[in-house]
Amino acid sequence: MPEQKNVNVVDLENLKIHFPVRRGFLRKKIGDVKALDGVTFSIRPGETLGLVGESGCGKTTVGRAITQLYKPTEGLVKFKGKDLSGLSYNDLRPYKRQMAMVFQDPYSSLNPRQRAGDIVGEPLLVHEITTNDQEYRKRVSELFKICGLSSDMSDRYPHEFSGGQRQRLAVARALAGNPSIIICDEPISALDVSMQAQILNLLQSLQEKNTGMSYLFISHDLLAVEYISHRVAVMYLGKIVELSDARDLYKNTLHPYSKALLSAQPLPNPAEEAKRQRIILEGDVPTPLNPPPGCSFHPRCPYAAPECAESCPELKDYGNQHFVACHHVS
Amino acid sequence: MDDHNMKDNLAAEGFAGAEPAVENLTAEDFDADGFMPEEGEGFQVLEDGMLPMMDERKRFLKIFFHRKTVAIGFGIFVAMLLLAVLAPVVAPYDPYVQDLGNVLTGPAANHLLGTDALGRDLLSRVIFGSRVAILVGMVCVVVSALIGVTIGLVAGFSSQAVNSVIMRITDAIMAIPGLILILLIVAVFGSNIFAIILAVSLGMFPGYIRLVNGQVLSVRQNDYVLAELAMGAKHSRIILTHILPNVFSPLIVQMSMMLGGAIMSEAMLSFLGLGLAPPIAAWGRMCFDGQKYLSMRPLLSLAPGFMIMLLVFSVNMVGDGLRDALDPRLRGTLG
Repeated sequence: MPEQKNVNVVDLENLKIHFPVRRGFLRKKIGDVKALDGVTFSIRPGETLGLVGESGCGKTTVGRAITQLYKPTEGLVKFKGKDLSGLSYNDLRPYKRQMAMVFQDPYSSLNPRQRAGDIVGEPLLVHEITTNDQEYRKRVSELFKICGLSSDMSDRYPHEFSGGQRQRLAVARALAGNPSIIICDEPISALDVSMQAQILNLLQSLQEKNTGMSYLFISHDLLAVEYISHRVAVMYLGKIVELSDARDLYKNTLHPYSKALLSAQPLPNPAEEAKRQRIILEGDVPTPLNPPPGCSFHPRCPYAAPECAESCPELKDYGNQHFVACHHVS
Repeated sequence: MDDHNMKDNLAAEGFAGAEPAVENLTAEDFDADGFMPEEGEGFQVLEDGMLPMMDERKRFLKIFFHRKTVAIGFGIFVAMLLLAVLAPVVAPYDPYVQDLGNVLTGPAANHLLGTDALGRDLLSRVIFGSRVAILVGMVCVVVSALIGVTIGLVAGFSSQAVNSVIMRITDAIMAIPGLILILLIVAVFGSNIFAIILAVSLGMFPGYIRLVNGQVLSVRQNDYVLAELAMGAKHSRIILTHILPNVFSPLIVQMSMMLGGAIMSEAMLSFLGLGLAPPIAAWGRMCFDGQKYLSMRPLLSLAPGFMIMLLVFSVNMVGDGLRDALDPRLRGTLG
């Protein structure tokens, strides 16, 4: 595939992913879980896009849709400008070589019966990147070194590693195929704080060394997302409600949901923490089986007006590439 | 958090100018810039030997023989195998030579377990009986496992619709009473060794399908299978290198239990007179033949019966030990 410059690594266009819900003996379809309901955004080469939102809002589904684990119900996933819909599993392989995933749980994402070296080298074999044994070994030990692991440990099994080391193995595996994008699906949520810092720094320095590599960094840890991301997207119930430059989003939050979300984050500085105003939202997240009409956030929104229940706000640019989907932002 | 320098740099260059990731990252790239963390900062590089490590084979043997019952079972199993292989050497008499002047004797110095109704040496017949039991048992287990595991792996990895079809057919096969199936096949193909192996294997393979299917359904939920799918690995590779090794432990246990079951089935068929044709020494047949003289010479039935019990017990124990020893999570626990 010819490499093109100035082309977004990933484009999602009005992406909808609905999972049918079936009940009863005849498995009659009784509705759809609208995991993603019209998501549009792009990831540029070399950038980290943070994706935040509460549990069940569809963050993980976005990541899995990009790696083609879920087929879109509607809309497009483009990789480097190429529409991936309609390609068979085998046709997708050359594209999948350029994407990689790091999962949340490093205990479940590594095959317990495979040796660490084989886990890391898996993409090399799957995509036939290395042709001989010597080359393979050299590359694997290199990947170990890059991720701060001793290549002497390549004969160990995953359970002989700590959580942080396992996650480094997962990162090493993701790097093996020299991907253009790594989907990091909550890569630090299962780790303790010191390990979180290690993985974040590892990811960041990898990107500094290889400026063409992008990340989709999915997390609910707002501080980590602020630290690592260039741009941040906030999701609510299968939709993007705010998307902007990271600093801009954290300093100049526009969408009421984003404001509430950010206000839930404790501040490291005790003086500021004491002054922190929490916005407590009323009620629960509505079920994605039957999302409310209009703006899906309106039942819980402190600023809701009648129009919010009628029409769904579009994601609009409010200057400086700051996109918000709300009727009340001016 | 004051780390926006990198973002500024990238912003200045403009994302558009950034080169797509094509170059191989090498460890040297990182060393040159001092990226590799110094001691005391970042993370520590663990060297080999910092964690206790055990020799693979030693560890396997240690866990395997850790439980005394397993060790005993294994000993019995090995003894049985040796007995079967070395039967002509070990047995004091030819098991088929009749001595009609010397029938139904009790245990004596020249016939340690006595003789049967045709004057054949019971000990020799019991020793030769191990050959039929082990051969038929092992072949049945291998044949049924090959069929059942293949279908189970495919079923478990297929779409829900295909899976349902395969599993409902399996349920239907399992609903046929095993004994009737066996009797039917033996009636059709006659009492030869192939018919018996076919009959017993057909009775056992749906069990493997069900076991393997269930295991695959649970293993494929793991993120490492998802990682392979995201990577675009061939399905055959995912099944053989990622799923099969992870369903192996229950499979080994199942195979050992089934080996016991197969030996029992063969004995039962012989007992019912449907096993191998009479002169051949088969334990089940010997139990049956002996029951006419149960009050007078109980050993004629008890000796082969005891051997069946012993072999099935030893096989089950070996399976149990293998399950523990093959489990990587038990690695090092007994170091």
